[in-house]
Amino acid sequence: MINTDYQDGVMTVYLSGEIDQHTSKSIRQEIDSRTEALRPNLLCLDFSKVRFMDSSGIGLIMGRFRQMSLIGGRLKITNLPENIDRIVKLSGVQTLGVLK
Amino acid sequence: MKSQNYMDLKIPSKSINESFARSAVAAFCLQLDPTIAELADIKTAVSEAVTNCIVHAYNSANGEIYIKSEITDDRVLIVKIRDKGKGIADIKQAMEPLFTTGGEERAGLGFAVMESFMDKVKVTSREGKGTTVTLYKKFFRVTNEKPE
Repeated sequence: MINTDYQDGVMTVYLSGEIDQHTSKSIRQEIDSRTEALRPNLLCLDFSKVRFMDSSGIGLIMGRFRQMSLIGGRLKITNLPENIDRIVKLSGVQTLGVLK
Repeated sequence: MKSQNYMDLKIPSKSINESFARSAVAAFCLQLDPTIAELADIKTAVSEAVTNCIVHAYNSANGEIYIKSEITDDRVLIVKIRDKGKGIADIKQAMEPLFTTGGEERAGLGFAVMESFMDKVKVTSREGKGTTVTLYKKFFRVTNEKPE
């Protein structure tokens, strides 16, 4: 479900499909295991191929933000489709320090 | 508000059914000629309510979720999502943004999303008996019926 790319301390995760409570668990486990192995300075989540996301995706973003904070890194979210951007804005995750 | 059409669904509280439930309700409301954004709103709100049943009402244990979708004569979609789970002790608190009993990976935004994406959300609950969430959304015709 996810593809990753790592270059110069930046790990980009290309998410795809639908993110809900059912799918977010395996996505979380995959991202966390790769983050632990690579320990990037910046984790970049790319949403361009995500067709659907509910607030489980916000939990996923907040959780990865915490994980990155623990290893002294930062989190960035990019290429949000309009319907996903609405939920992200509503959540206020950017006020926590998530980059966009 | 006379009912023009309806659909009844009963599904087990399995997380794999979240996708099916939101897609089924979205397919039912296609007869209202929704925009892509309206369809996304419906799918998201239904997904939140069904997830609440699975995660909170039944604590990921076995249970059944009842979804009744209805279209009224004046083009209002009403989706009633009911469970027979543990119920909500304090509805006001449960509806507060960021409040969650679901652990670190839950955002506590389910009701805030439902309220933001739908016209109206009604919640009734009895502890030990279950919860019913009713979602309302009016669909305007593409002609000159749109509000200012």
